[in-house]
Amino acid sequence: MRKNQFTKTNLAWLLVIIGSYLLINVLISAGVINKIYQTVMLTIGINIILAISLNLIIGITGQFSLGHAGFMSIGAYSAGVIVKMMDGAPSSVYIGMLVGILISIVVALIVATPTLRLKGDYLAIATLGFGEIIRIVIQNMKITNGAAGLVLPKLIDWPVVFVFLVISTIVIVSFTYSAYGRACISVREDEIASETMGINTTKYKIMAFVVGAIFASIAGTLYATSFYVIKPEIFSFNKSIDILVIVVFGGMGSFTGSFVSALLISVLNTSLQSFADIRTIIYGALLVLIMIFRPQGLLGKYEFKFSKLFDKFAKKEVRQ
Amino acid sequence: MNLKKMIKSMLALILVASLAACSPSTSSTGTTEQGETDTPAAEGQETYKIGLHYELTGAVADYGVAENKGSKLAIKLANEAAGYEKYVGVEYDNKSDSSEAVTIATTLASEGVIGVVGPATSGASAATYQISNDSQVIVVSPSATQNNITLVDPNNADSDVYEYIFRVCFEDSYQGAAMAQYATDTLAASKAVIYGDSASDYSKGLIEAFDTQFTKLGGEIVATEYYTAGDTDFSAVLTNINSMEFDVLYIAGYYNEAGLIIKQAKEMGIDKVILGADGFDSESLIELAGAENLNDVYYTTAYTAVDASEKLQAFIDAYKVEYNEEPAMFAALAFDATNLLIQAVEEVGSADAAALQAAVKGINFNGVTGDFTFDDTHTPIKSVLVVKLVDGVQSSADSVSPQ
Repeated sequence: MRKNQFTKTNLAWLLVIIGSYLLINVLISAGVINKIYQTVMLTIGINIILAISLNLIIGITGQFSLGHAGFMSIGAYSAGVIVKMMDGAPSSVYIGMLVGILISIVVALIVATPTLRLKGDYLAIATLGFGEIIRIVIQNMKITNGAAGLVLPKLIDWPVVFVFLVISTIVIVSFTYSAYGRACISVREDEIASETMGINTTKYKIMAFVVGAIFASIAGTLYATSFYVIKPEIFSFNKSIDILVIVVFGGMGSFTGSFVSALLISVLNTSLQSFADIRTIIYGALLVLIMIFRPQGLLGKYEFKFSKLFDKFAKKEVRQ
Repeated sequence: MNLKKMIKSMLALILVASLAACSPSTSSTGTTEQGETDTPAAEGQETYKIGLHYELTGAVADYGVAENKGSKLAIKLANEAAGYEKYVGVEYDNKSDSSEAVTIATTLASEGVIGVVGPATSGASAATYQISNDSQVIVVSPSATQNNITLVDPNNADSDVYEYIFRVCFEDSYQGAAMAQYATDTLAASKAVIYGDSASDYSKGLIEAFDTQFTKLGGEIVATEYYTAGDTDFSAVLTNINSMEFDVLYIAGYYNEAGLIIKQAKEMGIDKVILGADGFDSESLIELAGAENLNDVYYTTAYTAVDASEKLQAFIDAYKVEYNEEPAMFAALAFDATNLLIQAVEEVGSADAAALQAAVKGINFNGVTGDFTFDDTHTPIKSVLVVKLVDGVQSSADSVSPQ
């Protein structure tokens, strides 16, 4: 028998999604969200997709990956090359995205299968190397126009990013709360114990890694088609670290945290734009402060859930 | 969680939130500082905003900071000439990041600037062009030298040029071709070895152009070798080069590596003529290579203080007074780019976008880096200067145009 999907919590989330879409639309037409904020919104959306997909690998499954920018670049360049081939037809974005996803899956399997059979931080080193290899390959290929990169037209606007943000969140969160996700969490908590329980740890680690890679690639496609220029140097090791910072800042294992921190960091970056000289200092000092006072990240492992909220109300009613 | 911990975390949160919230309101006062000495514009006096969009922090901050200084000096001098704060520079930093450049281009367009000078690098510039062009904001780039970057599709030389995008520097390929011309004509070289950076578009553009022009003029490229930015030991490749027979070594790259390559080559006994491009133009080259190794070294540049014209000397003096240092090539280019915009405004006398665009397009500009007009791709038609180094000091400058 099929489980009823129209629970109170699911409906509440649906309302949130539709509500925020409408709210943004209203704010844009009212002129409150101008073009600048729309660009910032694109950055925020793409950063959130990157952060939650990395959070799945690091926070949920406990595997340290430093190659997220590599998968992002695969998505970006797949889309870039195909957009160029199809002369900027709108459908080329989605074909490029699909190609990017396929390549990412294959590459993720190649990187992850040997390293994730081992326990420990081998994945970090392997992904670190992989990220650099991808960048050098792109730098030396003719089709990617080498170090000069590709100049692309802007093909998507915020509704597209919004839709993919919603899809990514639903898929990744559902994965986390499914049986697969619980197995991943058990791997994070204690690998030996979960093996004893009969969990194929390698399989679940690879699964989480591939899902993370897919969404990183989608984020890459979104980036390429909304920010005009892609160059190999954009997807350097630093980009992986930037994404990692968002995840750690928000709290490893908390998707709500990734949302909040991606939002905060982007807003912070933009609002400090005119303080060129002290911006990086403020940014760095904030990170240090957060790590001193909240080593588990802003939200730790806290997750915002409507079900919890409803439970609270229910309890209150009972008490009365 | 105990209370103390909770208070601490709340404080941290509040700090983040308040910083994020209060900064936009103070940003407007933080951007315009250079007009302090001038009288503010009185009633009825026109003021014009010029966007200064540079890489002030990040990987290529060297160029951005130098150009920002050049631009600010140009604005200051123009304001002094006008007698009031006629031009206001609106400064932004893109952190050497092309996606930040997109946000800033949007911001500048919405702030009603008449034109933008910058960014310094081709990548960040290309990210802003579509936005600025669509919102009819003139961009005069001081140093986006990548080939065809002013075109809608830089990979296709036949595509349309962005109406509102201009630059005051020559293309990478033009510079490479000029060096090849000079090597053949003046240095009578017939065999060349090229050594460049495999990861830089700048280097690749230079190599391609040098190769094509040198071969066209009857020369022979003996070998093309590559290094990667950040390398410090070049002995393997240099040993290999040492065994070859050639007249000139063309190093297509920046001073960081070029300085070390020259030093190691000379120590190895390679006493051939060394050629380079404007990436050599830095004091650091002398520090890295050692002045005694910088003989028989030639490079192309847009700017040199050797045989300075009256106009150039005035700029150098003003720059020294203002910043207490020698201007770099990037500062001079930015000075020209900013002055070009100012000249267009003076000619038109209003902030009308279409009129300004026409004025810039048809401009006959006499700048500190040379006199020029624009060609069809909005790139200046001007000759390249080839500078000769003697003991690390620029000793002579010849002007070259590739044929």
